[in-house]
Amino acid sequence: MADVFRKKLTIPAWLRWVIHVLLCLPFCWLIAKGVLNTLDPDPGKTLVHGLGLWALRFLLLTLAITPLNRFTPIQWLPLRRTLGLYTLTYALLHLSAYTFFYLGLDFSTLARELVKRPYIVVGTTALLMLIALGVTSTKGWQRRLGRRWKKLHRLVYPAAVLVVIHFAWQVKSGLGHAPWYALVFVLLMLLRVKKSM
Amino acid sequence: MKRFTPPMIPSSAITPETIYRERRALLKTMGFAGLSSLLGDAWISDAVAASDALTPYEHVTGYNNFYELGLDKTDPAANASQLKTAPWSVVIEGEVAKPGVLTLEDIVKPHAQEERIYRLRCVEAWSMVIPWTGFALKDLLARFEPTSKAKYVAFESIYDPENLPGQKNNSSGLHWPYVEGLRMDEAMHPLTILATGLYGKTLPNQNGAPLRLVVPWKYGFKSIKSIVKIRLQEEQPKTTWNVSSPREYGFYANVNPDVDHPRWSQATERRLPSSLLKPNRIPTQMFNGYAEQVAALYKGMDLRVNI
Repeated sequence: MADVFRKKLTIPAWLRWVIHVLLCLPFCWLIAKGVLNTLDPDPGKTLVHGLGLWALRFLLLTLAITPLNRFTPIQWLPLRRTLGLYTLTYALLHLSAYTFFYLGLDFSTLARELVKRPYIVVGTTALLMLIALGVTSTKGWQRRLGRRWKKLHRLVYPAAVLVVIHFAWQVKSGLGHAPWYALVFVLLMLLRVKKSM
Repeated sequence: MKRFTPPMIPSSAITPETIYRERRALLKTMGFAGLSSLLGDAWISDAVAASDALTPYEHVTGYNNFYELGLDKTDPAANASQLKTAPWSVVIEGEVAKPGVLTLEDIVKPHAQEERIYRLRCVEAWSMVIPWTGFALKDLLARFEPTSKAKYVAFESIYDPENLPGQKNNSSGLHWPYVEGLRMDEAMHPLTILATGLYGKTLPNQNGAPLRLVVPWKYGFKSIKSIVKIRLQEEQPKTTWNVSSPREYGFYANVNPDVDHPRWSQATERRLPSSLLKPNRIPTQMFNGYAEQVAALYKGMDLRVNI
């Protein structure tokens, strides 16, 4: 379906740099907080949770690109891959921090935990999907896979569902903030349904 | 609305851990090693003062699970003033010869306050080492003369939804008031105490003022805070987390590195404070290191079933 806007404004190069900096900020903030905030006796946990939360936020931002592109006169599409790769990076850092702070770099335990705990299995499955998407996000893979590329990259939707479940499931009681993220996800999906009508 | 600012405790008013320990060592050499050693309870004397490094005061009082005062670890300290502890009374009822409603003073006064340095292992796989002041629960129960039908002790926390934010909005989804329970022999064990203070000070609200249970060989959620009712009874009492998620939290909730929580391993723990460079992960001990004193209570029980 054709775009509403005939001419799109492209994002200038400097703004892209600003966006990169913005995307790095949560990581820097979490590390700085972990080192400087001596009032937090468990900064490892704060880091693990923070990285996971930001991975989810970036994933939703990635999914927001398509509707943004449709409803605003700006060419957002080039940002989608960037956001997707940041999502993957934060998710990998989240797993690394978990391995370091929760498992003390005990990789045999890691292997066991990844397949044993239902909510971790859900998170791992989502991460594997994100890795597949990240690896095939290059122009070369796009060419090689042709029409199948688009099909493969629809994996981002089940991945997002799994990430929200992973988030809701680790809360000790209730669902925490997960329903809000689920709501945002549903809204982003609804904006897509409208498009095909 | 006026925003609550936590009372400023000057750092000079807090005894550093090293000095605190030196003082204790001095007292010990002078012969004041605590009530239990005076009474000659030699078999628990090792257990009443854990030799682990103490968790600093600001973490013991700044990092809490007390859902009545909020879900985040820093909420209880921030909302501490919402817990009204004066006046305070405790109902003692059920299978006792002398039930009654007692003021806090009447509860506490007849008992010599004793220090206990206990490890506290949270079910969330972190732990602290805390110097409590308090007295043995068994001594309190004895005053009310439990009958032969008293098989369990049920505890109840304060219910005050008008003031306690976690009960007002109930973001945790738990049923209030918070309730806990012990089997009679667990309640009568000399390591089980009611605490009225920590670090030699009055118990801060966020730690469960004015009166809380401390059962060092069980996960932290068993050690119910801000107690208003103690009921002795024949049947096993309901306990809040068990009602909330019976598959994850049992009645016994003994610290056990061999039985995982369904969602995470209990084999190790993060001893707080930890840091990004020094995560401080240590193996979890059976019965939180108090096996010698309490293992006999569970002889013949399958601890994989009775979680």
